[in-house]
Formats: sequence, structure tokens, C-alpha cells
Amino acid sequence: MTHLLGVLFDGLAYGMLLFVLSVGLSVTMGLMGFVNLAHSAFAMLGGYLSVTLMQRAGMPFLATLPIAFVLVGAFSTIFERTLYRRLYLAGELDQVLLTIGLVLMTVASCAYLWGTQQQEVNLPPYLFGRFSPFGIDLGYYRLFLIAVGAVIAVALVFGLERTRFGAQLRAAVDNQRMARGLGIDVNRVFALTFAIGSGLAGLGGALAINMVGLDPNFATKYLVYVLLVVSVGGLGSVGGTFAAAVLLGISDVAGKYYVPEAGAFIIYAVMVALLLWRPAGLFGRRV
Amino acid sequence: MHRIASGLLGGLALAALAAWAPSVHAADTIKIGFIAEFSGAFADASREMDDGIKLYMKEHGDTVAGKKIEIIRRDTGGPKPEEAKRLAQELIVRDNVDFLVGFVVTPNALAVADVITQAKKPTVIMNAATSIITAKSPYFVRVSFTVPQVTAPLAVWATKNGVKQAYTMVSDYGPGIDAETSFKNAFEANGGTVVGSVRMPLTSPEFSAYAQKVKDLSPQAIFVFVPSNDQPTQLMKTFAERGLTTSTIKIIATGDVTEDAVLEQEGDAALGLITSHHYSYAHDSQLNRQFVAAFTKEYGALRPDFLAVGGYDGMAAIYAVIEKLKGDVSDPEKVMAAFKGLRIESPRGPIVIDPETRDVIQTVYIRKVERVDGKLVNAEFDKIENVKDPGK
Repeated sequence: MTHLLGVLFDGLAYGMLLFVLSVGLSVTMGLMGFVNLAHSAFAMLGGYLSVTLMQRAGMPFLATLPIAFVLVGAFSTIFERTLYRRLYLAGELDQVLLTIGLVLMTVASCAYLWGTQQQEVNLPPYLFGRFSPFGIDLGYYRLFLIAVGAVIAVALVFGLERTRFGAQLRAAVDNQRMARGLGIDVNRVFALTFAIGSGLAGLGGALAINMVGLDPNFATKYLVYVLLVVSVGGLGSVGGTFAAAVLLGISDVAGKYYVPEAGAFIIYAVMVALLLWRPAGLFGRRV
Repeated sequence: MHRIASGLLGGLALAALAAWAPSVHAADTIKIGFIAEFSGAFADASREMDDGIKLYMKEHGDTVAGKKIEIIRRDTGGPKPEEAKRLAQELIVRDNVDFLVGFVVTPNALAVADVITQAKKPTVIMNAATSIITAKSPYFVRVSFTVPQVTAPLAVWATKNGVKQAYTMVSDYGPGIDAETSFKNAFEANGGTVVGSVRMPLTSPEFSAYAQKVKDLSPQAIFVFVPSNDQPTQLMKTFAERGLTTSTIKIIATGDVTEDAVLEQEGDAALGLITSHHYSYAHDSQLNRQFVAAFTKEYGALRPDFLAVGGYDGMAAIYAVIEKLKGDVSDPEKVMAAFKGLRIESPRGPIVIDPETRDVIQTVYIRKVERVDGKLVNAEFDKIENVKDPGK
């Protein structure tokens, strides 16, 4: 039993990481209909930014997290203004080509600027190690990840349901024309949402370093997992992304623990099964 | 008109002379095609190899027996066998190279086997460590190591030092499976029992499930093999996080896990780890100290590791062969004969090219990760000499 609880705990932590990495993409793909495959590249940039701040400016790890969020979010608006905006009405293939190109450029730039080796994170001592109540290993860093993921999920849902901005966003998504007619600046709302989504990706990248490492291939490696979560969760849904991320995280860890020969395959099998059951994703709105 | 004609004639003559001149020069040059994975996950490894080659040429000059050595570098872009084959073909047919060298990863080396057999081109493998490569073509020579060659002695050493049970964790690809098989065979042949094994996906970034499983099983020892790019650091950190590195479980591995270039990054998580390999940056010999000093002086950033030594010794072997043949490398059979039985004093220790298999025979060292002068090193404390590749 303790094994199962341990696996659930580790899976939940991994799922939270996937959630933070993917929620931005789900929201922007669902709302703006723009296939931004460079989302994982933003995550990677957030990771490298965090590492640079720790190594060059000697900042503590926790302080780098909000900075990664804000700066990557701001940086993404440059891409949005200059590149993405031109392709909002274009076909999905064009968007995919553009954003994949951006991913490749980012990977090469990061390799050039930071080298191809693994990057390190200086964890504060209270985040290292674990405590073991009832024989279950609860790592401090994983507890931290779960806490951060939960806070972000709650904040996003609250933001969508209870704030004016959230209401404007929901209105713009439901009926863009009507929203514009009511005086809502739809472009600004979407741009801000995009920035928040990309900022969350950057935050996820910084959080990921200690769990899964950081090197220039992070963007391409994690793109697959992010797309997995987004497609299973359903586009445009925070709750869907959360459920999908947790489900996939737990399946991955449980699969590797109980059926190591199948290992990484389990997560893909779960994805296929869920998509067969719900092609639009768990909480998807469009078919 | 007259002036234009003579001008044209003069220009034509000059062009002809210029075209002729390189071909005259070419007879005094020995060209070496260097194929490696300069971009992608193995970029750092390829760079180490390249630096080893450059250092050797800097120390010994770029002329041997009156011939100038020219290196032509080509990038496969990662483990891409089709690309490696194409590059080998180009180098042989278009650039007329006399030797091929390099190959960090096995698939690329295997891909060129047919090409070099057909073209009869001597090829020096400076890293790729799967046993079977040298058997695929009579024109392969290896100066690096093979995974079974460094794994089997570790298994034997373990049984002689009180380890009776082991759980193996390897990456699920060629060299990983090689390691698992050779460890199991050698370990069980010497009285040990393998209590379980797991193959981890090569792209798996997340080791928590595997680490937890091992912790729950609590075997006497764990044998680990993961390729030396990004996996060792993550694996060791996951182990350390779960208290595996400080528990009573003995962790033994091949040297890829504590590879000199990434050892510092693993930090204290790697302390006390016992590994086996053919080269340690801390190897105590005059030649190695000179090698390390010269390498750090020239190429600072990364420590020299077994990849750099592979490049360095590969060039040493080629230079020795060229001198033996007094600069005439036109007959591939004579070249291969010159390689067989060749003895070289390497920064790692002495090495010999096996005349039968064209593979390397060398000393395998058992090392422990220790902190010396504030830096983490693989400190050698035992050795097994004249180890042949058991895979043959």
C-alpha cells in the first residue's frame, strides 16, 4: 500500500509540473486557435533564465521563479506582436511551420549561449531531501511542486471566474463580435492571456530543472509531453489540463514502477485510450 | 585584339598552373576524414574527441614521415546512420581520404562498415563502444574501449569484494543491453546472483519510479549503466534525493556514469561511487599529467575525458602506422597489418591493438569517486591488466 501511495505522490508531482508547463498552451490554442509549438521553447528559456540568474547574479532559486514568469511572458509578447499576429488567420500548417522553426532556432541559440551540458540548480537546503511518514518517501521538492501547481490552478480558475478580466476573456471567447461590440478590447485581452500562458511555461521550465534536467534539447523533448497533456485535457480548459496532467503524470510513474518493461509506453497507451473515449479531450469544447 | 588574346592565354596558363599545383601538393598530404556528431546531444562528446585530435597534432606536429596530415571534419548531426554513411562515401570518393576516424555513437560506426569494406579504407574508431563493430569490417580498428570490456572486470571485482547480489539498471539501447548481459554473465559465473533487472527508456528524463522500485527492493548492490550525456546527473540526483547513495546499498557502475566531464555537476551525490573504466582524468602517470595540463591549457572549459583520450590515441596510432610504413599508406592491407599488434603508451596507460580482432587490449581500472583538492575525481585503486573484449 505504501508503494502505491509513494507512486501516487511522485506521479502527482510530475503531473503538477506537466500542468504548469502545458496550461498556457491549452488556453492559447483553445482561445486563440493558434498552434504555438514554440510553447516548450518558452519553457526552456524560462529554465535558462533561472539558471543564469542563479549563477551570474547569485539569486536564490525561489526568487528566480517569479522573474522567469514575468520576463518570459513579456518576451513572448514580442513574438506575438511581430510574428504570430500575421498568422492568426492562416492555416494550421503555416502556424506549425513557423513555431517549429522558432523551436529549432531557440534550441540552437541556447546551445550556442549556454553550451550543451546539463544545467544545475542551487536548491535552498530546505527543498532538498525528504521526510518519510509511515514509510512513504515525500520529497520536499516534490511537495513544493504540488503546492505551486495547486496554487496556480486555483489562481487561474479564480481569475477566470471571479475577475473582470476573466469575464472579459470568457466573453471574447464565446462570442468575439459581441464582445467587441460591447467595447471589450479583444486583441489586448488575447495578447495578455498569451503572455500569461507563456509566462507560466517559463515558470514551468524553471521548476523542471531539478526534476528532469535542462539542456538545449529540452524544448523538443518536452513538446511531446505538453501536446499529450493538451490534447487529452481538451483545448481551452484549465480544469481539463489539470486533470489530464495529473492523470498522465501518475500513469507514467505508475507504469514505470509496476510494469518497467513497458515503461514509457504506458503514458502513450493512456493517451490513445482517453482520446478514443473522448476525441475532443476530457473537457474539450470543440469536436 | 592581340593584347586581349595574349592576356587570355596568360590567364589560361595561370589557371592551368593553379589547378595542377594542388594535385602535386596532394601527393605529399595524407587526408583523414573525421566523422562525428558535432550537433545534437553528443556535441560535447564530439568536441572532446576533436580537442584530443587537435592536441596530439599540436604536440607532435602535422607532418609525419614527410607527409602533411590534413583533417577533414564532417558532422552527422547526431545518431544518424544514413547521414554517416553518406558522409563516409563523400569523403572517400570526393575527398580521397586515406583514413576515416571518429564515431562517438555505435549506429554511425556500424553504418559505414559496408562502405569501408568496399573501398578498403582503414577506419579508426575513437569511441563507439559496442563489441560487434570491429567484426563488421576487416578495415575497422578501435582504440577506445567496449562496454563488455569494462563491465566484466567490474562484475568479477564485485564478487571478490563481498557483493553477492545485484540489481541491474541499464538504459534500453544497444550498449545498455551489452552492459546488462556482460555484467550478468561475469557476475553469475563468479558466484553472484542477479536479483532483478530493469531497462529504462533512453529518453526517460524522470527516474523517480525506478529509484523508488530499487529502494523498495533493497538489494545488496545496484549495477548502473546510462550513457554519459544527460542521464548520469539526473539519475544520481534522484538516487541521492531518495537516500540511496547514503544507504547501505552499494552502487557500482561503468565509468560512463561518473564521466570526468560531468562529474562535478553530479556533486556530492556521486561521492563513494565505485566504477570501472579505462581512463580517469586523475590517472597517476607522467604522460597523463602532461596530457591533462596541456589539454586544460589549450581547451580550458571541459576536463579531458575518455573521449579526448580516444581522439588523442587514435592520432597516435595513425602517426605510428604512417611512420612504420615510411609515409606510404597506399596499400590498405599493409596499413591494417601495421595496426595489428601496435603498442601505444596512452595517457590512460599502455594499450595494444589485438592482431586478431583489431580491437583494443588495455588495463581496466576500478575507481572510487573522491574529493581531491576540492574537486571530484575518479580515484583509481585497483586494476585488471590486459583485458580483451569479452564479447568476441
